[in-house]
Order: sequence, then structure tokens, then C-alpha cells
Amino acid sequence: MTRPLVRRAPVARMLSGAVKAVLLALFAFLIIGPLANLVLWAFAERWYYPFKLPVTWGVRYWEVVFRPTGVAMASLATSVSIALLTVLVALVLSIPAGYALARLRLPMRGLIMIAFLLPQAFPGVAVYVNLARIFYQFGLTGTIPGVVLVHAVHALVFSVWITSAAFAAVDRDLEFAARNLGAPAMRAFLTITMPLAAPGIFASAIFVFLESLDEFTGTFFVGVPNVSTLPLLLYSAGMGGNYQIASITALILLAPSILFMLVVERFLKADVLGRIGR
Amino acid sequence: MSASRSAGLLLVAPALVLVMALFVYPLTYSVVSAVSDPAGGVGAANFIKAFELYSGDILYTIFIVVISTILTGLVSIAIAGYLTMGETPWLVSGLAWLYRWPLFIPFIVAAQCMRTFLAKNGIMNNAIVAAGLLEPDQTISLLDWRGIVITFVWKQVPFVAMLLAGAMASLDRATIEAARNLGASRLRCLVEIGVPQVAHTLMVGLVLSFVTMLSVLSVPMMVAGSQPTMLTVDMAFRINAYGDYPVANALGVISYLMTAITAWFYLRYSLRQHRETLT
Repeated sequence: MTRPLVRRAPVARMLSGAVKAVLLALFAFLIIGPLANLVLWAFAERWYYPFKLPVTWGVRYWEVVFRPTGVAMASLATSVSIALLTVLVALVLSIPAGYALARLRLPMRGLIMIAFLLPQAFPGVAVYVNLARIFYQFGLTGTIPGVVLVHAVHALVFSVWITSAAFAAVDRDLEFAARNLGAPAMRAFLTITMPLAAPGIFASAIFVFLESLDEFTGTFFVGVPNVSTLPLLLYSAGMGGNYQIASITALILLAPSILFMLVVERFLKADVLGRIGR
Repeated sequence: MSASRSAGLLLVAPALVLVMALFVYPLTYSVVSAVSDPAGGVGAANFIKAFELYSGDILYTIFIVVISTILTGLVSIAIAGYLTMGETPWLVSGLAWLYRWPLFIPFIVAAQCMRTFLAKNGIMNNAIVAAGLLEPDQTISLLDWRGIVITFVWKQVPFVAMLLAGAMASLDRATIEAARNLGASRLRCLVEIGVPQVAHTLMVGLVLSFVTMLSVLSVPMMVAGSQPTMLTVDMAFRINAYGDYPVANALGVISYLMTAITAWFYLRYSLRQHRETLT
């Protein structure tokens, strides 16, 4: 931060302070306003024009959403189980891949890194549409494994790139020291490399979990008609005009994301972040 | 040496196979399907039909995505610039805390938020009326292309601003301080000294945002009306209502071309930079 080069009169400074406060408040309204709107709708039982705030407040719709036999609980369970399976698939594939990219000499390494970037480099709707058609021939549409595969491919770039950066950040001398003392390669990997790379791997797992939980477009094409995830529920409630249920579902979807945002700094350290993409 | 190479390839293979089978294959299939003529062989029949039916929507999509990308760039530069060169501590920390909130919010939630925030009787208009700036019957609903642009900018600015703030934080302060000492305003420092040095990061962020915006289905479906609409919605409708894969794939190829043009600009810029640093 630079020091002001010119001292201004106290009145001018107070006025400019007031202007800055107004600008910040306006910015806060634009950023937080839409989110606050969700909270208002979640606790509104009846709200219609011309009232500026809900007419009746209440938690009636929360009871509707959290009813054990309700559709929302089933969608939440489906979403979470799909997300956990996606994390499993992504980790199983990207821990070996990340290690190979970080430690071993690979031919066409740059090309391989770019190959993983492809799912994020092309608009995905056309790809999902054709993938759904291919899955239909194999009987994978409307099944959980089908949706897990779609989520895994979409999130693989985060998984592979971050895992690769996490392994690259582990000091090789520590591995060499263990090997020097006679540890076989696998033991050195499991007891030295993995624990040191674990925070970065955990961060990539969380990214994959969130991407899967929030994924809408792929699930829209591959998951119908049987698989109902929270984003799909949010979409049908929102389009159906039931803003209360849509808002409550949105808050449920937001909770893990916001939690992650608040704790991410613990897991993604600067030296790992700096190596992503190399 | 060769053992370690083949071991490396073996370790990468499963992940690569998944990407090839579940992304590259459908992608290639979509291009092939788009250029294949119904009578057999290669032809532009699907593209002609797509243009006949959706030329308005194609222009609409280009318009929205280009405007959103430009606005995202401008707002992100402003935010990152203020975070780097701001002189009021409380304003800098307030801004730093606020701007990141939309980052982890999925598009579908953002779309739902904006549907009620931007409506004729939504919170934004209510606040404007409460502040006495408009009469209740003068409020306008922003649930059209403006709503889509606002949602995209709202969602993408934190991402690009975060990239830029990180890049600007690692700039050599001496260059900025030297200009300030010579009397340049902070805005001038930002535009003539800061931005050129972080231009690469800015381009990466904007290209990623451009591609993301072309992939989103939820926002145009939920925030705007149905005529005109963005290509993603047209593709979904074409499949769900008509099962017309060739034309939908033609629309898909058009969106790939839009991305390719942006990527070409980025590559040209990168190559020019590369050549300048080598000579």
C-alpha cells in the first residue's frame, strides 16, 4: 500500500471518506444483496408485490424440504453420494498421474497436461449431449455411475493439476534420504511423499467434491430421468415458481462452498499454489 | 530410463484414457455429426439449417459473452488495481473481504439469486425505490440479456480479480513508486504500468471466463426469457424436443469456433510476448 503523497484539508478528507464509505456500501449491496435475497426467500412464507419484505415469516418450507420422505432429502443424499464417489474416482486416477507428472520424466509432458485441460477449454453442452447419447447405448443414462463418470472427467483437471503441484512441492532430498537409508520405493512414497503432499491432495479432493455437488449441465443430460441431484431440484423448483424451496435448496448447496472458502487457506499453501500448471 | 518412462506413462494412462473416451471422443463425434450431410458424405447442410433457425440467437450469444468478458476485465482491473494501490486501509480490507464472495457460488445458485434480485419487484428495485430514486411503477425488470450479463460479470469478476491481484502483488513496486514520485496519478500507474505487466494473467482469466460463459446452461434458462436465448439453451431444446443431433452439433461447433477465435487471439499475444523476450 502506498502512502498518500499530498496531505489534504480535514474537511476534504472527511468528505472523500464519506464518498468512499458510500461506494463500499454500494459494492457490498451488489455483492451480498443477491445472497441476502436467498436468505430472505428461505424464511418467507408468503411474499408478494407490493411488499418490500416477506408478508409472513416462518420456517414452514424448511419442514417441507427436510421432511425425511421428501424429495429434497433424497436429492441431497444422491448429490452427496455422487460427489463422494467422484472424489474417489478422481483421486484413484490423479494420484498416480500427478506423481508421474511431477516426479517422472514423461514424453510429451506438456501435451498430456493440455489433454487434461481440454474439458475446461471447450463449451461443454454439445459434448454432454453426445456423451448422453453414447451412454444411452451402454445403458448408463439415468444411473449413478454414469453421472459419476461425467463429473469425474469434468473435475479431472483440478485433480491432476493440483495433485501434480502438491507432489512437486515435496522436497526430493527427503525421499532420497529415505531411499539412502534402505527404504524401498513404495515405502518411501507412502511414508514420506504422501503425508507431505496430503494437504494439497486434500484441497484437490475438496475442489472435486464441490465441483461435483454443484454440477448441473452434465447431470441435466446424463442423469435424467432417474438421478435427481440438488442442482436439478433447485432448477425445477425455481422454474416452477416455488422460490422458497429453491432458495432453501440453494442455501444447502452453498454451505459446503462457503465453509471451504473460509478454510481453504489452511490447505492450499503458497508453494503448492505457485506450482499449479507447471 | 526407459523403465521409468514407461512406468510414468502407465501411471498417467488411466486418467488420460478417461479424458479421451469421455471427452475427446464425444467432442470429435459432435464435429463429425455436424459436418455430415443427411444424404451421406460431408456437407454444410446442418450449418445452413442452424443459421436459418438460430442466426438471431448466435448473434445474441456472441453479443452477451463479448460484453460480459469486457466488463469482467474492466471491473477486475479496477478491483485488483485498488487492492494493490489503495491508500485507505479500511477500504482496501473491506474490498478484499467482499469481492471474493461470489467465487464459490455455483452458477445455478447465482441464477436463482438473480432471478429474484433483478425482477421488477425484486430487492434491487425495492432498494432503489426506497432510496427515492424511482417511483414503484417506473421500475424495470432486468430479466433479459442485461440480467445474463450481470450474472456472468457477478460470478466471473472475483475469479479474474483474484488472479490479477495475485499477479499485481508480485510486481516490482519500484516501477509503480517511481511513476508516483514523478507525479503520475494512481489511475495512470494502473493503466500504463500495472496492467501491461499483468496482461498475460488477464488474458488467461478472460479466456477461461469466455469459455465458461459459453458452457453455462442454467443462467440463460433461469434468468432470461425464451426469445431470443443463448446457444446452450437452443442446443438443449433441439435435443430434448426434436432429437435433432446434427443441427444441435452444428450449434456446438459454432460455439467451439467462438472459443477458438478467442484462443487464437491469446496464442498470438503469447507468441508475440515470447518472441519479444527472446530477441
